[in-house]
This record gives sequence, C-alpha cells and structure tokens, in this order.
Amino acid sequence: MSKWDWERFWDAWPYVLDGLWVTIQFTLLGSIVAYILGLIFAIIRQLRIPVVDQVLWAFIEFVRSTPLLVQVFFLYWVIRPEVMQGIEADTQKIIVGTFALGVHYACYTSEVYRAGIEAVPRGQWEAATALSLPRRRVWTGVILPQAVPRVLPALGNYTIAMFKEVPLLSAISVFDIVYQVKTEYAASQGGAGPEAWAAAGLTFLALSYPCAILVRRLERRVGTV
Amino acid sequence: MSEPSETNNEMIRFENVVKRFGSNTVLEDLNFTVAPGEFVTLIGPSGSGKTTILRLVMTLEKVSEGTIYVDGKPLSHMPKGGKLVPADEKYLREARKSIGMVFQQFNLFPNMNVLRNVTEGPIRSLGQSRDEAEKKAKDLLELVGLTDKIDARPTQLSGGQQQRVAIARALAMEPKVLLLDEVTSALDPELVTGVLHLLKDIANSTDITFLCVTHEMQFARDVSDRVMMFDGGQIVEDGHPEKIFTDPDHDRTREFLQAVLDRA
Repeated sequence: MSKWDWERFWDAWPYVLDGLWVTIQFTLLGSIVAYILGLIFAIIRQLRIPVVDQVLWAFIEFVRSTPLLVQVFFLYWVIRPEVMQGIEADTQKIIVGTFALGVHYACYTSEVYRAGIEAVPRGQWEAATALSLPRRRVWTGVILPQAVPRVLPALGNYTIAMFKEVPLLSAISVFDIVYQVKTEYAASQGGAGPEAWAAAGLTFLALSYPCAILVRRLERRVGTV
Repeated sequence: MSEPSETNNEMIRFENVVKRFGSNTVLEDLNFTVAPGEFVTLIGPSGSGKTTILRLVMTLEKVSEGTIYVDGKPLSHMPKGGKLVPADEKYLREARKSIGMVFQQFNLFPNMNVLRNVTEGPIRSLGQSRDEAEKKAKDLLELVGLTDKIDARPTQLSGGQQQRVAIARALAMEPKVLLLDEVTSALDPELVTGVLHLLKDIANSTDITFLCVTHEMQFARDVSDRVMMFDGGQIVEDGHPEKIFTDPDHDRTREFLQAVLDRA
C-alpha cells in the first residue's frame, strides 16, 4: 500500500463533492420513481386482475432475481439505442440511471406497500363499502392514508440502500462519486490511491448513517408493518 | 312503529337464498320478507347464519343461489334486457346507498376525525356539499350525544362513544334499511345500556327498517316488531317478541333462550 498523503486526501474532496451531488440527484429521482411505481404495482396486484396480476408478479420476481448492474447494462446497451435516438447523451444517462434504480427498487417497495395495505383491517374496507364510497375514494381516503405512514420507514431504508448503489451507474459513465474518484481524480493524480477512496467511503458513511438513525426513529414513532 | 312509507309493502325480501362457504352451507333455501319500518331481530346460536344474512344484505358477501330484494330491487342481480344478470360494481354501489350498517367492531376510519367520519359518505357518495353534510352531521352527533367530540380522533374515544359515532355515520346516509351486527358485543358492560337506549330512540322516531343481530334479549324484546329464531341456517320460528320470549312454539327456541338466560 502506498504511503498516506494528507495533501492527496484534501485534493480528493472537490471531486468527491461534485460526485456526491450527482449521486444525491440520482437517489432522489430513483426514489421518486420507486415510490410511485411501487405503489402502482401494489395497487394493481391488490386488484387481482387476471393475467395482469401474473405478468406483474413474474416481472417483479425477475427484476428482484437479477443483478441491478445487469439491468443497468441492459437498459443502456440494448433499450437505449432503440428508443433514445436524438436525445442528448447526458440526458440519456440520467433517464437510464433513474429508471434502472427506480424500476429495480419499485419491485421491492411494491412488496412493502402490499404489506402495508394488507395490514389495514378488513373492517375498514367493509365500512367503506357500507358507505358506498367510490373505489378511488376508498383507496385515497381510507386505505392509503392508513397504509402509507406505516411503510415510510421501510421506504426510507430502500432510499438509503439505493444511495449506496448509485456507484453502479459509474459503469455507464455517470459522474457519481466513484466515477469522479476512479476517473477524474485519478487522471489528475496519476491513480486514485487510498486517500480518495477513503474520502469517498467517509462521504457515504456521513450521509447513510444519520439517515438510518432518522429512519429508526421514524420506525419507533409509526410502528412497523 | 311508523307506517309503511312505500307503495310496496316489502323492504327486504329473501327468495330461495342459499349461501355456501366452500362445502359448508351456511344458509339453506331461505325465504322471508321484512316490511318497511319494521324492526326485526335475528336470534340464535352462533354459527346459525345470522350475521351472514346481514352481510348478504350489505353486499359484503354474494349469495350462492337465490335473490335478495331491497326496496323492490334485486341486490345481487340487475335487470338487463329483460333478464337478471349478476350485478356489476356500479349497480351495487347505487343499491348500497339505501342500506346502512353498524358493525360489532365499529370500523371507524382512524385517519379521520369524528366529523369527517360522519360526512365522508354523504359527501363522497351522495354528493352533498361539505356545508350541508357538516350541518347534518352536527345534528346527528348531537342526537348521539357527542357534540363535544366533533374534532376528536376515533382512538381518543371509548368504545361506546365510537359506536355512537358509527351509528351517526350510518344515519347520515339516510338509509332505508339499517343493519345492526352485534353492535354492543365489543363494548364494556357499563356502556351497553346507553347505546341500546340510543338505538331504541332512533328506532321509535324514524321509519327506517331494521335488521338486527344481538345477544341482548331484553333489548330484542323491547324494541322488535318481530323476532326470527335461526338455527342451522334456517328459520326455526318467526313471530312477535312476546310470543317468542314467553311462549315459543319450538323446543329449540326454548332451549336457546334458556341457555342465554343461564349465561346472563
């Protein structure tokens, strides 16, 4: 191992922080997709529409059983050239990265939502039926307001997990923390070295750990499913 | 009791109704009618199918065979091209508007305050304006004695108070038929009397048709126009409460009443 050099350590930070901003952006965009799409998956599965239900189940199992990196490459090298002609290269990466993370995690969050929905007592559905509430209102006014608060901690945990998986996108040259260290910083310093990787690791720790504590606190407040 | 308000003299009609859960037949070829404004109490041992009858009328369950009519309209089926076909969701939703239900476990919406619980149905399903619904809800909450709990959450209320809100919520829909499913069974003993008293007042002051399942025999005797004794998914005996409670025709009824009496 090369000798620790504090100057190299401090020099790494501008690169790491540049990458951090990109990493956070992908985490937020991916989470939004995962939260919304996961909820849609969960509701569709709850409606138990024949065929649609089985197809969705198969899709979710497929996505959960294959590595995220494979999905990223598949979207980037197979799907992207077919559907993203004429879109700027950077935008293409943002779209692929957001959807890879979002769809992958939607397959996990949908199960979280499902557990939350199933935890709502049957009597709530029956009371809503007795009041003749329209189906949409049953979901938006009765079921989801009870189901979603209980699953927020679990959703938060998936966002933290996603944050730590954004570096996979460096494989398609997204300028996240890892790409910044491995490529940009390395080019300026003739190799990355332990100092820059330590800075990268500390950055993930500095964000993940407090967030995990916040989620745990939230868990204690709303209870778990 | 009030006079029949409808031109037809049947509010509820069970026609050859069969209900099975898997291979278990809960109701066997059931036939009966309930007149408008009548208060009918169903008694009988647990598992005799009483609650299933209420759940069928509320369309929480589907009949296996036969037809239920409420206010002259078939419930599980809708008329289409001169024939009866299984009802779709839209038809059912319309049919449910004239039917209300109060549950054993109250089933208030915990994410809404008391006022919202009562106005939710009138606003979302009857299309009343918020002002109109809130005005009526406040009157109903006064009727059930909970004016001071209007902004409370259900979890902040006692069981008796929750059940009063549930009663107000059901009444807010202005139902023609109100189903009472063991509404005092989950209450602490000291809260039962108040709720029963309230129900009696409501029964005596409205022309709502009641179908009631209860183990409170004194209440059944006081308030009912008719009592039906069930056993094994069939009507054993059907008659005036005084007759049923003092001089039943069937041994099965006598045994059941004796058992209930012994328990109390």
